[in-house]
Amino acid sequence: MKKLMSGNEAIARGAYEAGVTVAAAYPGTPSTEILENMVDYKEHIYSEWAPNEKVACEVAIGASIAGSRSLAAMKHVGVNVAADPIFTYTYLGVNGGFVLVTADDPSMHSSQNEQDNRYYAKFAKMALIEPSDSQEAKDFLKEAYKVSEQYDIPVLYRVTTRVCHSKSLVELGEREEFGFKPYVKRVDKFVATPANAKIAHGKLEAKLKALEEYANSSPLNTAEYNENTNIGIITASVAYQYVKEVFGEKASYLKLGFTYPLPMDMIREFASKFETVYVVEELEPFMEEQIKAAGIKVIGKELIPNMYELNPDIVAKALLGIETATKTVDTDVVARPPVLCPGCPHRGFFYTMSKKKNTVVAGDIGCYTLGGTEPLNALDSVICMGAGFSAAMGMAKSFEVTGRDTKVFGVVGDSTFFHSGITGAIDIVYNKGKMVPVVLDNSITGMTGHQENPGTGKTLMGEDTISLDPVDVLKAIGYKTVAVVDPCDLTAMNNVVDEAMNATEPYAIVTKRPCVLIKTLPPFKTKCEVVSDKCKKCKMCLKVGCPAISFKNGVSHIDQSMCVGCDVCMQVCKFDAIVKVGEQ
Amino acid sequence: MKETKNILLVGVGGQGIILVSKVLIAGLMKAGYDVKMSEVHGMAQRGGSVTTQVRFGEKVYSSIIGKGQADLLVSFEKMEAARWIEYLKPEGTVVVNNYEIPSMPIATMKAEYPQNVLEALAKEFKTVTLDAGQAAIEIGNIRTQNIVLFGALVKALGLNDIDWVEILKENLPAKMVDINIKAFQKGMEL
Ligand SMILES: Cc1ncc(C[n+]2csc(CCOP(=O)(O)OP(=O)(O)O)c2C)c(N)n1
Ligand code: SF4
Ligand code: SF4
Ligand code: SF4
Repeated sequence: MKKLMSGNEAIARGAYEAGVTVAAAYPGTPSTEILENMVDYKEHIYSEWAPNEKVACEVAIGASIAGSRSLAAMKHVGVNVAADPIFTYTYLGVNGGFVLVTADDPSMHSSQNEQDNRYYAKFAKMALIEPSDSQEAKDFLKEAYKVSEQYDIPVLYRVTTRVCHSKSLVELGEREEFGFKPYVKRVDKFVATPANAKIAHGKLEAKLKALEEYANSSPLNTAEYNENTNIGIITASVAYQYVKEVFGEKASYLKLGFTYPLPMDMIREFASKFETVYVVEELEPFMEEQIKAAGIKVIGKELIPNMYELNPDIVAKALLGIETATKTVDTDVVARPPVLCPGCPHRGFFYTMSKKKNTVVAGDIGCYTLGGTEPLNALDSVICMGAGFSAAMGMAKSFEVTGRDTKVFGVVGDSTFFHSGITGAIDIVYNKGKMVPVVLDNSITGMTGHQENPGTGKTLMGEDTISLDPVDVLKAIGYKTVAVVDPCDLTAMNNVVDEAMNATEPYAIVTKRPCVLIKTLPPFKTKCEVVSDKCKKCKMCLKVGCPAISFKNGVSHIDQSMCVGCDVCMQVCKFDAIVKVGEQ
Repeated sequence: MKETKNILLVGVGGQGIILVSKVLIAGLMKAGYDVKMSEVHGMAQRGGSVTTQVRFGEKVYSSIIGKGQADLLVSFEKMEAARWIEYLKPEGTVVVNNYEIPSMPIATMKAEYPQNVLEALAKEFKTVTLDAGQAAIEIGNIRTQNIVLFGALVKALGLNDIDWVEILKENLPAKMVDINIKAFQKGMEL
């Protein structure tokens, strides 16, 4: 039976068919739906949202040591967070097979950078597998577990946004009942003391040699020869689909699914048959550098861009000089940046901060990153998850030791707080930071599409569980005052911010109001409306940046299909021109 | 059909594009085509500009297209049609919903909604304009706007030999089927 599946659905299915029993992840676009779909197989696979990627990776590693086939999944930057255990687990080797899925995001559709995580395979010394569509995303995973167990090594399974989020037809298979490998205590193998690690490193180098042999005959690496062509193309991942689209039968292909260690003999033989050999890969010259270092003549990044994602058009232009004809139209298109939803709980906090002079707001990654966009414009920095607190601490210390009186606020969301905000919050109290940490608690992991987290009271598999309150955590850490406030009550929000600015003891703020898109919440019954006659056209309401509000026929207007009646605009209007309608 | 056909659906987060692509693909699959589609998740969904690409034919490799390659561009919002028009083949068709959603720079009066979008499109491309929002209101539910557009899409593509009513029945919740069949038929007529 063929089924239309995204790459992420296919990876979940592949894990099921491969007999995986434990899977852990932290959400992150484009990887999130892998674990969301894993829940379909919950009778066979335990799966969890871990608080962060390092924890997810360690959970999967533990399960592998105990004898399960296990999987950890994350977006590319998540691997940075999880790097520590990975770099040592490659030395130790596995019991049950272990696969780490990295979902890279060329072109940064939803990311802060476009790092090429294939280098992690080389850096940490693990096997690398790259599927190019949904069918392969499912099938290659089964081979990944065989490789992991046979060569006693973790496997990095690298996909990209276009593999994760493209849908294509997949032929399903049966589950292989792997069960488990017996657990036997092995101190020499699983305890990474320096003495054991020294021996393990030697073994690891030998495993990589053996893997290069395997690569040369791996079913994942295939040559497709076409007649009457002088062009050979070495390619992997989704770039294969693009070159096939452009060249069809006018080139021969070496399609690599197993890309570290590279099958250098196979590549050498393939390359020897053609006048011109191209290496077509997205982002960095990962394969190209190694192939050139082996003395094989190929053309790659001389022509193919090393930035942003590829597509058939870019490939055709780069390799064949073909310009596709296009036409534009004569009109002024206005940008459409993403914005906080109508009724978003974050709006009140950022509106309040946008009015405060001599303050700096260090932000973080989540929906609330949008607090930095016009017209709120209330963020000074966004780096990575957790930096909302710790980079704020650094700024505050810099201002303090150099005698400047700027007040620093550091902002993280609830999911980000549990991910890596807690350690920063500890740093702030421990090292007496003169700054205010703020948790914007909207009771969900919003940006990535509303996943449960340790604060929501539910697990990924849908069970009820504890619900950890950031307020309790902050108090336990040592914050004397933790002010709890409804961010959409602008007066209360303003008072709390003023109090925080003048506090002399450790003071933290937790804003509490659920995200309006949480499906289990009751529907909104009230809306706000502009009484046109009363509107003085002062435009203050436009400053809250709600997409439901715009000017129509010279006065403010609220789109009734979008408004959820959060009142924030009503509180801002000094002329009582905005009123509440509907059931109170 | 040997040639692969490329359809680009564009609009604003929350307009129901994903459902339309789902129904479209279900029909294409039933008709025996190889199909690939690509959508972008994440940041853009928060009121930003969104796109979905659908490709079908005998054998499809890439799930995405570059500029100048779409046979049909269906825009759920007026200005979005102009934003993505470069992706349309010069001889391609654009189906555009005469429906304005102001973006933030427009709402905050930093910029103006372009006035001449429809004329500008029609000057360069085969353009089909419809008022799917109005049609949906007449049918009785503004939320069927996307299926009105779907009707127009099917008409523009000439995929009349597929039993779309049956496909709608299979892919929509039972209580939404009747009204959406009406919406679909309306879209075919407009
Ligand atoms: C290391 C890392 N992992 C995952 C992500 C993806 N990501 C971006 S924002 C976010 C969740 C933010 O949730 P929360 O802090 O609750 O804020 P909200 O979006 O709900 O406002 C995640 C998981 C990332 N950018 N970096
Ligand atoms: S999804 Fe929720 S948290 Fe994110 S912008 Fe919308 S309302 Fe705000
Ligand atoms: S704030 Fe009130 S008076 Fe001013 S433009 Fe908005 S609705 Fe009109
Ligand atoms: S009440 Fe005002 S700010 Fe809140 S959603 Fe409605 S229009 Fe937007």
